[in-house]
Amino acid sequence: MKKFLAVLHARNMEFLRDRSALVWNLAMPFMLVFGLAFTFSGSNKEIYKVGVVGGIETLSRIAPVLQATLHIKFVEYDELNKGIDKVKHHQLDMLLDVSAAPKYWVNSSSPNGYLLERIVWGVEGHQFQRQAVEGREIRYVDWFLPGILGMNMMFSCLFGVGFVIVRYRKNGFLKRLKATPLGAFQFLFAQLISRLLLIMVITTVVYSGCNLFIDFNMQGSYWNLLLVTTLGAMCMISIGLLIAARTASEEFAGGILNAVTWPMMLLSGAWFSLEGTHAWVQQLAQIFPLTHMIDATRAIMSEGAPLSQVMPQVWVLALMSVIFLALGAWVFKWE
Amino acid sequence: MSPIISVKQLVKHYPGVVAVDGISLSIPQGICFGLLGPNGAGKTTTIEILEGIHMPTSGTVLYKGEPLGSRYREEVGIQFQHTALQEFLTVRETLELFERLYHQTVPIPELVELCSLADILNRDTRKLSGGQRQRLLLALALINDPELIFLDEPTTGLDPQARRNFWDLVKLVKSRNKTIVLTTHYMEEAYALCDEIAIMDKGRIVSQGTPTQLLSQHFGDVVLQLPRSDSGSKLAQLGLNVVDAGDMLEISTNRLHQTIQQLIENGANLDRLRIRAWTLEDLFINVTGKKSAT
Repeated sequence: MKKFLAVLHARNMEFLRDRSALVWNLAMPFMLVFGLAFTFSGSNKEIYKVGVVGGIETLSRIAPVLQATLHIKFVEYDELNKGIDKVKHHQLDMLLDVSAAPKYWVNSSSPNGYLLERIVWGVEGHQFQRQAVEGREIRYVDWFLPGILGMNMMFSCLFGVGFVIVRYRKNGFLKRLKATPLGAFQFLFAQLISRLLLIMVITTVVYSGCNLFIDFNMQGSYWNLLLVTTLGAMCMISIGLLIAARTASEEFAGGILNAVTWPMMLLSGAWFSLEGTHAWVQQLAQIFPLTHMIDATRAIMSEGAPLSQVMPQVWVLALMSVIFLALGAWVFKWE
Repeated sequence: MSPIISVKQLVKHYPGVVAVDGISLSIPQGICFGLLGPNGAGKTTTIEILEGIHMPTSGTVLYKGEPLGSRYREEVGIQFQHTALQEFLTVRETLELFERLYHQTVPIPELVELCSLADILNRDTRKLSGGQRQRLLLALALINDPELIFLDEPTTGLDPQARRNFWDLVKLVKSRNKTIVLTTHYMEEAYALCDEIAIMDKGRIVSQGTPTQLLSQHFGDVVLQLPRSDSGSKLAQLGLNVVDAGDMLEISTNRLHQTIQQLIENGANLDRLRIRAWTLEDLFINVTGKKSAT
């Protein structure tokens, strides 16, 4: 017992005296609780998701009862075709167009669409004309797959690279390399490529293995998918390298890595769609590489998006990778 | 002979600490130069500035008469006091890793033979004994065929046999006209290997020269040891150079015959008399006031 208490005390003192780790361990839960509470605040629990073309204000004017119905989330769309595609893929339960003569679209095979249609019919004096669409449902697993693979890549890239470099620095291996003609950029680039190869092989194996049993919905090009996921992985490895560029404390690095990965995990659309969240949340999500990777991956897989359609995400990921890698090499310290 | 490396007025400050306080030295090519001193004397800081790992606060370091440039890392070999290796690699893979970092290298089979690594070539580096690990680290320091090699406390923690084996290896390296800068806590190691030594204390060099020169500067030729209980009271009156060494009294002298005769004439009991030469250990204690690691 005496020995146990001695070790316990020593470890506690070590933890408490490592101010950076302590601050992160305290700050992170607060940030998460407050962040999530604020982001997903509101007492209504939406059951149905309805797209609106022509503005929610117009809808509230011509069908105020429908717009005021609880448990329906209304999401504005600028493009009618985009909304129709979402109904086709069961990503929207219904689409309302109030920009001209009121119409609604439902998927004939959607149970939620069927129920919503009954609600619309029950609204007194409704003038909506029915438009039916057909389309294969995008199963939750198809929608979820890019998110789960993206998250796995994120954790592997950030922690796999960040922690390893911090350990190298702590145990003196980086100092030994510093004594050789090896340059910081060469070292970091080698780490990047090594992890990139590893994660791409793992992701390919996981995807292929699961595909044998689940038969994922893949509408687009595998080459485009490979390009987007490779750039996404490069970008997140570069962030890992930047985080590990100077710190020699594994606990501090862990804190920073958590601070980066948790918001990405929650706000990149990996678990749930950000449609209908506060505008600032959607804007904030744009700073995360995972958001761009998942958006582009979903577009390729679910919609068969060609490369030209995902070029904005490709450019963002490429640019972020270059910036983070250059910054990492610039601030890197061997010791 | 022109120095292979020299430093002038080297100063290194850390917050609240002057680690190196204005030292100057020149190291000729082909010698083994020992940097000795107690813990915290500034040896490692000094050697790491010479290695180009740290920048000095002020002062100059010249390698072959030139400031340390980009070629320096290609031309020096370094064995740090504490270092880790890439995990999950064998000895052979580790050698190959470092071989690829340099333009000019020694063939690996040559290094394997020189450092006696043949038996452990396929062993995971995490499973090496202390002596095997130090031999590997020395091989890594030699892999670019450097003219100048830094060894920072290379035998700390090794058993006496492994230490002596390592000395033989260092002597072999030195015989190839390499210049070695060695820091060590072990005075017998410095005596066995070094052609010239500098003793540091509190960031300064307090004594420098060849081991023989320094010993003759500070001491007589030999030291006589007598138990305090046998002759203590008598020795005090004879005007000899007597040093208190716990249970023993030590008499430093250049005239052994005369001193012994004087002790006999004054009735000293010489039954348990011992005669030994002065060592660097004595010198170390004399100039720093501290005991070295033994």
